[in-house]
Amino acid sequence: MKPRLLALGDGALTLEFGDRFDPALNARVMAARDALASLKLDGISDVVPTYRSLTVHFDPLRLDREALTRSLLEAAQAPPQESALATRWLIPVVFGEEFGPDLAEVALATQRSESAVIEALCANELRVFLIGFLPGFPYLGELPEWLRLPRRVTPRAAVPANSLAIAGGQAAVYPWQSPGGWHLLGRTPVRLFDLADAARPALLAPGDTVRFKPVKRDEFLRLAADVEAGNSRRGDWQAT
Amino acid sequence: MIEILECTMPASFQDAGRPGYRHLGVPLSGALDPEWLVIANALAGNPAGTAALEMHLLGPKLRAKTPVTIALAGEFSARIEDAAGQSRAAGNWCSHALAADEILVTGSLRNGIGYLAVHGGFELPAVLGSRSTYARAGLGGIDGRALKAGDRLKVMRSGIPGDGAGDAAISLRLPQAPRLSDGPLRVIAGPQREYFTDAAWQRFMAEEFTVSRETDRMGLRLDGPRLDHDPAHGADIVSDAVTPGAIQVPGDGRPIILLADCQTVGGYPKIATVIGADLPRLGHALPGQTLRFIEVSIEQALAARRQAAAELAKCVDSIVSGGAGFNLDALYAANLIDGVIDAQQAN
Repeated sequence: MKPRLLALGDGALTLEFGDRFDPALNARVMAARDALASLKLDGISDVVPTYRSLTVHFDPLRLDREALTRSLLEAAQAPPQESALATRWLIPVVFGEEFGPDLAEVALATQRSESAVIEALCANELRVFLIGFLPGFPYLGELPEWLRLPRRVTPRAAVPANSLAIAGGQAAVYPWQSPGGWHLLGRTPVRLFDLADAARPALLAPGDTVRFKPVKRDEFLRLAADVEAGNSRRGDWQAT
Repeated sequence: MIEILECTMPASFQDAGRPGYRHLGVPLSGALDPEWLVIANALAGNPAGTAALEMHLLGPKLRAKTPVTIALAGEFSARIEDAAGQSRAAGNWCSHALAADEILVTGSLRNGIGYLAVHGGFELPAVLGSRSTYARAGLGGIDGRALKAGDRLKVMRSGIPGDGAGDAAISLRLPQAPRLSDGPLRVIAGPQREYFTDAAWQRFMAEEFTVSRETDRMGLRLDGPRLDHDPAHGADIVSDAVTPGAIQVPGDGRPIILLADCQTVGGYPKIATVIGADLPRLGHALPGQTLRFIEVSIEQALAARRQAAAELAKCVDSIVSGGAGFNLDALYAANLIDGVIDAQQAN
């Protein structure tokens, strides 16, 4: 499918690479985002990458729509590559028990052991395809086919903040306590949304990669206390 | 310092919004009617982007703890009570100097929303560059929540946090109230026009829709004709970005017009998007009110944006000093205000 431009009103343009969920399309979205960012155009307020598209919110009285159209179609040609804007993260997670109340159920549903489920989640780098639903809420993928589960029949009224959850072949971490229908497998001490960093309040940005690292309860509690006391920096969670 | 005595309907602080964070899932937020916010600030002698109180249907009752000057943008039935219990009407579209211990009853609001600005500005922390309240994630405003009785609002002196006393009194008024257009809402087709049958598009253009009660700062849900999806496409898309003004249609065929607090992405097809120039009107829509839509070209939308910007500038330029503002009843009698929303019709 050739990339095409769609009008989202007179103040936004969407560059659509396709209408499916496809990591290959997402790689092209991120490449286009990087290419557009390098142009440093005036009059753009937000650039929002999704699984399959890139939307530019702009002020049409400051930035000529035709000029933006040309820039976007050119950016659409950028070859997928390691993004210069992407960061690799290593996020500690404590699995099971009260931190991941659905782990046993997920193991049962997939006919694997709990440790096999944890291993599968932590084996590979996952990509941040999209941030949405709530500020800082990442959609991470892809999970192995056998771990692809529909959402819970009855959503929880309150998922605890920092919960690692899976549904539909994707993983996410809830930055806030909120209602949610995903399966809760564990919890991280890492804050996914922190107003102390105004330049980038959300830890994860689209295009970043995340690898989860299982930690024991003691380690989790120690790290969580450090975060609470302000003794940790965001750089601590970057992969080396 | 201002103390909130009563607050029964949703009221929150809003400014021009919080751009630059939508890729991180942070909504734009900001005033539902950015034009009236500009006017409120101009009447209060403030820079255009200063945060003001956005009120819905019924404004709060508040007491000035120290002398302050406030400005009202909107069609309130406001009055001021002095310390001796004497009450006087407070005109709209003008500033009012409140002495210490005077009480402002903002009253009911025609046209859905209105703004209260204070000379010098409310002393609120900027969160990600904005003081706009986004309650769902607890951002901005007062501790990220709506206004409530008992809140004490500090007022800055010339934009600088200080003793909360505010600046010396000013007196400004707008000679003629801005007029809300009552024509059909102008839309640009798409981005997912092809997800709908031609019959659905024709209904969308030809028929009347009613604003439902399921309406808040995130969006307006409309009752009326069903907008059917083309079975070849269905009613779901892989989520892409949305924006205030986008008209999403879920599987039930009932459109939702997204507003300032809408999420950054969504999984429903968008049949069309309300143009920027007509966005301020959406904030005034009340349950029961009817809406119509008309398709325009991008060129027409841009021309409308330029015209709206020019008219707003002209309106701000027309502000004069002195006087007590005009009387609402006289205005109704003269039929100068026949805005898009009629409170009588809005059950």
